[in-house]
Amino acid sequence: MTAATLPAPELAGRRALHRLRWAVIDALTITQRNLIVWRRVPAFIVFTLVQPVMFTLLFRFVFGGAIPVSSPGGYVDYLMPGIIGQTAAFASFGTAIALAREVQKGVLDRFRSMPMARSAVLNGRLIADTARMLLTILVIVAVGYLVGFRFLNGVGPAIAMVVLAVFFGLTVCCVSAYIGLAIKDEESVQAFGLIWVFPLTFVSSAFVPIATMPGWLQAFAKNQPVTLVIDTMRYLAIGPVPGVTSLEPQLWQSLLWLIGTLLVFGPLAVRAYRRAS
Amino acid sequence: MAAIGSGPAILVEGLYKSFGEVRALRGVDFAVPAGTVLGMLGPNGAGKTTAVKILTTLLMPDAGLVQIEGLDVVRQADAVRRRIGLAGQSAAIQEELTGRENLEIMARLYHLGRAVARRRATELLARFDLEEAADRPTKTFSGGMQRRLDLAASLVASPSVLFLDEPTTGLDPRGRLGMWDIIRELVAGGTTLLLTTQYLEEADELADEIVVIDRGQVIAAGTAEQLKDRVGGDVLEFLVPERRRLADAVGAVSGLADTAPHVDDAAGRVAVGVGGRGSEALVEAVRRLDAAGVATDGLAVRRPSLDDVFLALTGHSAEDTAKAPGRRRRGQQGAGGAGRDRR
Repeated sequence: MTAATLPAPELAGRRALHRLRWAVIDALTITQRNLIVWRRVPAFIVFTLVQPVMFTLLFRFVFGGAIPVSSPGGYVDYLMPGIIGQTAAFASFGTAIALAREVQKGVLDRFRSMPMARSAVLNGRLIADTARMLLTILVIVAVGYLVGFRFLNGVGPAIAMVVLAVFFGLTVCCVSAYIGLAIKDEESVQAFGLIWVFPLTFVSSAFVPIATMPGWLQAFAKNQPVTLVIDTMRYLAIGPVPGVTSLEPQLWQSLLWLIGTLLVFGPLAVRAYRRAS
Repeated sequence: MAAIGSGPAILVEGLYKSFGEVRALRGVDFAVPAGTVLGMLGPNGAGKTTAVKILTTLLMPDAGLVQIEGLDVVRQADAVRRRIGLAGQSAAIQEELTGRENLEIMARLYHLGRAVARRRATELLARFDLEEAADRPTKTFSGGMQRRLDLAASLVASPSVLFLDEPTTGLDPRGRLGMWDIIRELVAGGTTLLLTTQYLEEADELADEIVVIDRGQVIAAGTAEQLKDRVGGDVLEFLVPERRRLADAVGAVSGLADTAPHVDDAAGRVAVGVGGRGSEALVEAVRRLDAAGVATDGLAVRRPSLDDVFLALTGHSAEDTAKAPGRRRRGQQGAGGAGRDRR
């Protein structure tokens, strides 16, 4: 009937638009749900806000004195982009754990038996977790400013650093979403599913100059994506540091890594969601 | 609501599903007429949950035809999802959200619109006796309240076909009775219902028709009465308090029936199918047991239960693998708590 009154391409276009509209609305409904849950659990708030601030203060005042750097602004300026990168990566813990829990409790089964957009649960999860991450990053920047950190490279690059940090965090969340949906067991996810984040963030340029590590470890640290991303963030925050004297190659390589990871783990997460049962 | 006369609300033909080496469903067929209740009965791991997951579009079948109100669950999954409601084995609600928030969010995900969602949530909370607790986080709810809320959530979009996978597993007796009342009310409203259970009593109470599933196959189907007739009429049953006299008691009554008595050594219970000769058999049993000098407890003739049916059909008790909450328990020593057949 409708097909007779509308030319086929237009009809298909309308259907696609209709579906897209609901995909957005459903994702936002799930986002809202996730943010309400997050607000109600004190442990999540501690995890999102208190723990990163503690890390900042620990590295700034406890370890910081023992770590010599030859970069502008001293250790606190070297540290902050690293802390922000690490925090963005750690935000993905929540993603994996929440999804595994939802599989276990049958919440995903219910969602998947409903006529809502297939993409909404994953998108809603990623949007909520990204919002949460952005809040954490802004709090850490504020705390950083209180303990002596300054952006030395201007406002534009500073904003670019935050955007890159969020994009990095989102990418790690996407990997985490896949892991949570594939493992499907909250406790196993807590124990094994996230252990890889530790070496990736600590064996990088996040907290100490790579030159201080043993040679065999330097080979890994220098060439792994977290170092690339954090070096780029550091350049955006404070300008050139020893070893990282220009922005462009760092930035492009970082983006390539992040986009590549998303292209691999995005579809994997979607597939795991379809099969999570 | 399904158009009456246009075929069954649920149609399953030749359904197969394997998980690697495990053949969960091996050619399952059944149909559920609109507005009726099908009880799917079987022990742990029989394939019940797998069947429900395929019928609710969560799993793809390996082979076979599955239609919900004439719609194919594989090719028309979205349309099927608009007509069904699912409440699984655990309460699929978000513990940190209140009862009202849980329902409103479900309603919005069914695209009912905010105002309608709010109204629908209030309605369901009242109907399921959850008004008082409506604005408390649901983690403070009792198990029974959580299950009621979960069931309410599955009804948000007024589905015409409802799937309840072991709706009372893990509930205490009071919670179970409450759930039964709610389910009866729903069915009275015309909803087609497929209910899985390991509890024989539950299928007997709620279902119009029963399919008995064992190891991925339907081994019997019919009304509770029809299934009971298959056992061959009444059952004479008694307990022997002195275990060492059990063999004597069995010997005394074994001439009463064509079939051998079923003996539960652990409980000291003897059951004999006695066909339609209930009272004669009773008198005869008393006489023989007396002659043998065996003391008994609770000697009586009763209508067969679905438990007897299961035993007759499979040669093993349903409760060998699944512990029932019901009045009679058989061969249950060593059985763990109410388990679940996760798949």
